[in-house]
Amino acid sequence: MAERMGFFTDTSVCIGCKACEVACKEWNAIPEDGLNFTGMSYDNTERLGADSWRHVAFIEQRKPLARQEPGVDHEGPVPPLGTPPDLAPMNPMTPGEGGDLRWLMSSDVCKHCTVAACLDVCPTGALFRTEFGTVVVQSDVCNGCGYCIPACPFGVLGQRKDDGRAWKCTLCYDRIGDGLEPACAKACPTDSIQYGPLDELRERAAARVTTLNDAGVDDARLYLADTDDGIGGAGAFFLLLDDPEVYGLPPDPIATTRDLPAMWRHAALAAAGLLGAGLLAFAGRRR
Amino acid sequence: MSEEARGRDDGQAGRDAISEEVHGRQALSPGDHARDALTGTAGPRRRRRRRERPVVPEPEFTSYYGRPVVKPPVWKALDIAGYLFLGGLAGASSVLSAGAELTGRPRLARGTRIGAAGAIAVSLAALVHDLGRPARFVNMLRVLKWTSPMSVGSWILSAYAPAAGAAALSAVTGRLPRIGTAGAMAGAVAGPAVAAYTGVLLADTAVPGWHEGHRELPYLFVSSAAGAGGGLGLLVAPLAEAAPARRMGVAGGTAELLVAHFMRRRMGVVAEAYETGRAGVLIRTAEALTGAGALAAVLGRRSRWLSAAAGGALLAGSALTRFGVFEAGMISSKDPKYTVVPQRARLDARDDGNAVRPDGTVQQH
Ligand code: SF4
Ligand code: SF4
Repeated sequence: MAERMGFFTDTSVCIGCKACEVACKEWNAIPEDGLNFTGMSYDNTERLGADSWRHVAFIEQRKPLARQEPGVDHEGPVPPLGTPPDLAPMNPMTPGEGGDLRWLMSSDVCKHCTVAACLDVCPTGALFRTEFGTVVVQSDVCNGCGYCIPACPFGVLGQRKDDGRAWKCTLCYDRIGDGLEPACAKACPTDSIQYGPLDELRERAAARVTTLNDAGVDDARLYLADTDDGIGGAGAFFLLLDDPEVYGLPPDPIATTRDLPAMWRHAALAAAGLLGAGLLAFAGRRR
Repeated sequence: MSEEARGRDDGQAGRDAISEEVHGRQALSPGDHARDALTGTAGPRRRRRRRERPVVPEPEFTSYYGRPVVKPPVWKALDIAGYLFLGGLAGASSVLSAGAELTGRPRLARGTRIGAAGAIAVSLAALVHDLGRPARFVNMLRVLKWTSPMSVGSWILSAYAPAAGAAALSAVTGRLPRIGTAGAMAGAVAGPAVAAYTGVLLADTAVPGWHEGHRELPYLFVSSAAGAGGGLGLLVAPLAEAAPARRMGVAGGTAELLVAHFMRRRMGVVAEAYETGRAGVLIRTAEALTGAGALAAVLGRRSRWLSAAAGGALLAGSALTRFGVFEAGMISSKDPKYTVVPQRARLDARDDGNAVRPDGTVQQH
């Protein structure tokens, strides 16, 4: 088994360009799934699903991020293009009074859970765990039973209507096997999406949160980086700037298969009860 | 917008709710907020429910434009809720038929054998029909996975269905009585498993209305199955042979009502999904039918007609219970409230240092 690989999505540097969505669609040859205008800020993708394996969420809030200025009143010369952020006169982490609008963007994806409910419940074995610790659907085995779709605590999987099967992010299984990074991470211009060995990503993420918190961005927190949450930690985790539910993510997800031993016990008792009660019904008077 | 419209999955319902929210805010302070774009947090929808409990305030929660967190199942109600009902009916009928066989009640035995086989045959057709790739249904038997209730169920069905089929064939043709009896006995053992595992099938998902009932659903489903099996027995057996079916129907129907009540009491906010819209109508109708059926069964001991009517009501009540549970799950998966509110409460309780039991419920200290 190779090293466990994953994504760290640092939403604090996401600019909402959707290059990840486009790169994913291109590389994986995913069909078009509706050209909608939703009115949900710049989000017209709406959700993850069979034909959207990356989804950039846009949230507009009346909350300060940190100091933000339009940049029209620079004293002195305008810095040349390519100035590193720490030398620029102003960047989103420049301390000071906050403005009244912040715009959160976050590129969502399958979490490649350590305890993956989708994989557990798949009756055909179409969903499997790869040598990279990722979770992938084998489309030549899937019979479209649809069980994985409501089993995922994040609503990641969807059914492709014309083909009946379930589809989701493969973490570019075909690319990473050849040592390439997944298409979305490759395309991301700000490195908001980072691909690499999970241990390394976790360290990097912890350092990034500390940097942001020290710079006064108190809202920054990691999501799904902890291995003792309800899914045993994710292979694709996030740095968020608000509560998970603001981004449409569940605040305390659990893989429901965790409760399965208890559920089987209840079912066994119930079945025995039906058999027992059924036979008991034959005791007593004949009419 | 009606309650029914809120349950629709065409996205329009969600958009309506959002625009309503935005307009609501603009009405409060038009000058200040008129330039607001959507703020990403569609708040709780303050909407009168038909049976709203006035003491419980609408919980505050945040969501992404009112969009659901989990995906609603792609299963069709007629196929899957229909299967839940027919599978349960078949399982309980097999128990009845075995008992009838052993105690010398030929008419009851014959009717329930045929009923069980018919119900399970339609069930299997519905299950295959619901697959996205029906031609690949044999893939269900590619592996046996204990972590997948659907896999376990497929194997249970593949043991049960041939047994029930053999029992019925023998009853109809009068041939191979030994094999018929063996099939009936095997069916009586496997049948309750068919009726019970479906509770786990639904509960082992992220659908709040189902998973929050994971302790009760297997009991609810076997009770409902017993009600249906008893109902079928009352329909097919003459009064002289109907006593066991009557007992089973009355006990099953009564247990169904009680378990459903306790399940909803333990669900917290998610119970609302069982009172909302179509689910509420289905559940209330089911309760009325099951209650009436059980009562009529008790009173109808000397009337063939009243007994048959009781049987019909018990069958209908059981069917509507399954459709109601199915629909409540759908409703609960389309509204982010049912996912976010309980999870947020669990998380906050943990942050406050309260113990959260392994099953996710909170123990205050
Ligand atoms: S996020 Fe959902 S689809 Fe992805 S691995 Fe976890 S359970 Fe499966
Ligand atoms: S839809 Fe396909 S991948 Fe999903 S659980 Fe069924 S067989 Fe497995």
